[in-house]
Amino acid sequence: MSRRSAFVITCLAFGYAFLYVPIASMVVYSFNASQLVTVWDHAHSPTLKWFGALLHDQEILGAAWISLKVAVANATGSVILGTLAGYGLARFPRFRGRFAFTAMTTAPLVMPEVITGLSLLLLFVTLEQTIGWPAGRGIGTMIIGHMTFSMAYVTVVVQSRLATFDRSVEEAAMDLGARPVKVFFVITLPIIFPAVLAGWLLAFTLSWDDLVISSFTAGPGSNTLPMVVFSMVRLGVNPEINALATLTITAVTILAVGATWLTARARRHAASAAA
Amino acid sequence: MVTAIGRRAAGEPWNDPDARPYVELRRVTKKFGEFTAVDDVSLKIYEREVFCLLGASGCGKTTLLRMLGGFESPTAGRILIDGEDVTDVPPYERPVNMMFQSYALFPHMNVEQNVAFGLKQDRLPKAVIRERVAAMLEMVQLGEYAKRKVGQLSGGQRQRVALARALVKRPKVLLLDEPLGALDKKLRERTQFELIGLQDKLGVTFLVVTHDQEEAMTLASRIGVMDRGTIAQAGTPAEIYEFPNSRFVADFIGSVNLFEGRLVEDEPEFVRIDSAELGGTILVGHGISSAPEAALWAALRPEKITMSRGAPPQTDNVTRGIVQDVAYLGDLSIYVVRLATGKLVRVTRPNTARHAEPVERDGEVYLSWDAASPVVVTR
Amino acid sequence: MRRLLRRLEGTRVSSRGLVVALPYLWLIAFFVAPFLIVLKISFSHAALAIPPYKPLVVWTSRSVLEIRLDLRNYLAMFAHRLYGDAFLNSLKVAFLSTVFSLAIGYPMAYGIARAGARARNILLLLVVLPFWTSQLLRIYAWVGLFKANGLINETLISLGVIHQPLTLLFTPFAMYVGIVYSYLPYVILPLYANLEKLDWQLVEAAQDLGCRPWQAFYKVTLPLSRNGIVAASMLVFIPATGEFVIPTLLGGPNSLMMGRILWDEFFSNRDWPVASAIAIVMLLVLVPCMMAYLRIQSRGSDS
Repeated sequence: MSRRSAFVITCLAFGYAFLYVPIASMVVYSFNASQLVTVWDHAHSPTLKWFGALLHDQEILGAAWISLKVAVANATGSVILGTLAGYGLARFPRFRGRFAFTAMTTAPLVMPEVITGLSLLLLFVTLEQTIGWPAGRGIGTMIIGHMTFSMAYVTVVVQSRLATFDRSVEEAAMDLGARPVKVFFVITLPIIFPAVLAGWLLAFTLSWDDLVISSFTAGPGSNTLPMVVFSMVRLGVNPEINALATLTITAVTILAVGATWLTARARRHAASAAA
Repeated sequence: MVTAIGRRAAGEPWNDPDARPYVELRRVTKKFGEFTAVDDVSLKIYEREVFCLLGASGCGKTTLLRMLGGFESPTAGRILIDGEDVTDVPPYERPVNMMFQSYALFPHMNVEQNVAFGLKQDRLPKAVIRERVAAMLEMVQLGEYAKRKVGQLSGGQRQRVALARALVKRPKVLLLDEPLGALDKKLRERTQFELIGLQDKLGVTFLVVTHDQEEAMTLASRIGVMDRGTIAQAGTPAEIYEFPNSRFVADFIGSVNLFEGRLVEDEPEFVRIDSAELGGTILVGHGISSAPEAALWAALRPEKITMSRGAPPQTDNVTRGIVQDVAYLGDLSIYVVRLATGKLVRVTRPNTARHAEPVERDGEVYLSWDAASPVVVTR
Repeated sequence: MRRLLRRLEGTRVSSRGLVVALPYLWLIAFFVAPFLIVLKISFSHAALAIPPYKPLVVWTSRSVLEIRLDLRNYLAMFAHRLYGDAFLNSLKVAFLSTVFSLAIGYPMAYGIARAGARARNILLLLVVLPFWTSQLLRIYAWVGLFKANGLINETLISLGVIHQPLTLLFTPFAMYVGIVYSYLPYVILPLYANLEKLDWQLVEAAQDLGCRPWQAFYKVTLPLSRNGIVAASMLVFIPATGEFVIPTLLGGPNSLMMGRILWDEFFSNRDWPVASAIAIVMLLVLVPCMMAYLRIQSRGSDS
């Protein structure tokens, strides 16, 4: 094709290399036997010993367990709040305070985390002083903090799904005798379920990955996985972290490729049957 | 107001002042902000009718339909169905069902589940639901597609599912929003007759919204032509076509030649109109009621004009012109004839014989018509 | 009767309100209210207490309610060059990172939008994948690459390009690479969404009317993707201004970024009022950017 497309293809190749070389290097070095991580130990590599070490590291396992609890609770709560918010924004074009509401659901997407984290902590401290709740900080305050910014992502996902949703499908259900609440649960929710699920996974990931807001809102003894990883990484590279990265990347890849394959297959299926 | 004499068939409920309307709109208005979508519409529809709301997009016909379905609430006025005021009844409690323009089939359910949905909301026994769904699917010839997902159906099949789903609840009124709009031309023609057959068999009252005048003519017992939020004229297809009450209706349904003029003779049995546009007078074979000096128009359909190369025998309703353009459409041809006044007149002629008196471009022709053909409109 | 019906209609409106009420109240309680508290505490002063600041409102002995607004935190920011430098540096880093991200992300988004349907899905998936993997771990990967005995130095030495390892880690360069790398998906996705909707016949029409390809791009494609560019820029610029993790891990102890200063004031110095004042000053700059982003977003959903 033209020279322009040669330029674009070069950019794409460079861009994807930029995105993936660091990730690939982490994966490769996670099988390196050397403690120095980046110096390849030809004699003993590849090895799984860092994966073994990771799975016996009580600090990491404990932190992962806390992260998992926070992430699941956060994802579930965020999906409820975010779906309500996205539904409200998509379905009610006019209500009092809509602009403020839009602003509040958009701002957490871009707000620097240090600001959100600091403000949440100061809120919790003030609340504890004045009404005695929350008593100290821990998993609960972390979940509240994570939900506050995760729900914004869910809102965006649900709202954009509903924007392309044929409203007459909901009206048809109502016309056939279903009340609005039933319409939502029997018609709307099943149809937008993939988007809601994507929102759940997104909220889970955001929470699982969050360092800054967790650091502000966590209490003693509730260190999450990113907090532990951060303190380890600050001291330099660590082969166990490479192993952790490899596991994370594997899990994400399997999920993402699986989801893409499933949707592609469903689409092909529908297309071939309709033809 | 033009009065047609002796054209309306007697015994039709809309001509009977004592007949009870099945659906009634009383001075219904709907505003969206500053915009008035439906403007003070009153309308009576009778049982077993097929009433078509016909109009261009944005004329308010869909808003009117949606108010009947309960999806919009009127800014003013009342809506009655079978004598009951349903103005404030939500859609899920109204005895009407709607067939949506997009069909609005539930994509996560199969054909059977779609059709059964409404009956399940009524909490009917399972056996009853199964039986009624099966019967309805047979009726629309979709029996063997019961387990198909709706994404796997063709356009015509989807249309029939939507119809079955709305009809299976045995609504008092079925509202149809552009029911054939998404089908291609051939399928549309066939489906029109199927729709009429089904309506006849089930005895359901149909209220159809369409922008397609051919569709309205085929389906309707009566048509309501809508313009800017009001019903410009309501009547049987023949009434609307033969006796339009305004230039808008005359021009909207089919095509028409309009000659502006004024009344020079006003008798109970006939009137004569002098039209500068025509360069002569038009004899109209029926009486009209109009203020004597008001501007009015004689409307003349293209197919009601006879075109000949020799002078016709009559003395009234004759004029001459030059053929400016000819369009051959197969079954008929359209001629554009320029009169001496410069006025362009449209004439259609069926191509019944292959070489019957050919009329060519730039040829001089006589145009003549029967005194019964023109219709006088005053607005 | 009519009045009753009208009142019923009123409750229908409020049942809508119910849907929005829960997230609305949540955001007011946990997103908006906290900023007011930050504002309040920014006018306080650090103290050895729990919590570590002096109260603003004091009952004095003569039954007078005294409200003390302590401006020292703000004045300190003008007095010490550290804050001013960090502030300007943050804006500079965020701005340049935005420019670099766009320079890499725009051609990529363009390439993806113009690829065939099949290739497009795979290319998009490859952009989204890193987005789903831990940002912290991906930044950590660069530590391994940039180290003195890291992959980049080892490769360059073995190729004979250099003989002594370069100092890459803990440099501004490393920090820029880290920010661009982290935020690249945030740039590509909105740009792609915008370019994907673009009617390519417009470009063809421009060429048909005599534009060379680059002219058609400059005069048609680029102006039409303006909203995508602004949205993408805001998605990088605003969070990058307050970035903490990347400057800490790649920029090193001396990188002057507001996010780091805030963190250190809070966690190391335990000076909550100063940290709050920093947050307020940052917000004053960032809120207009957020409004611009919001306007683009809401306009985008209308069309």
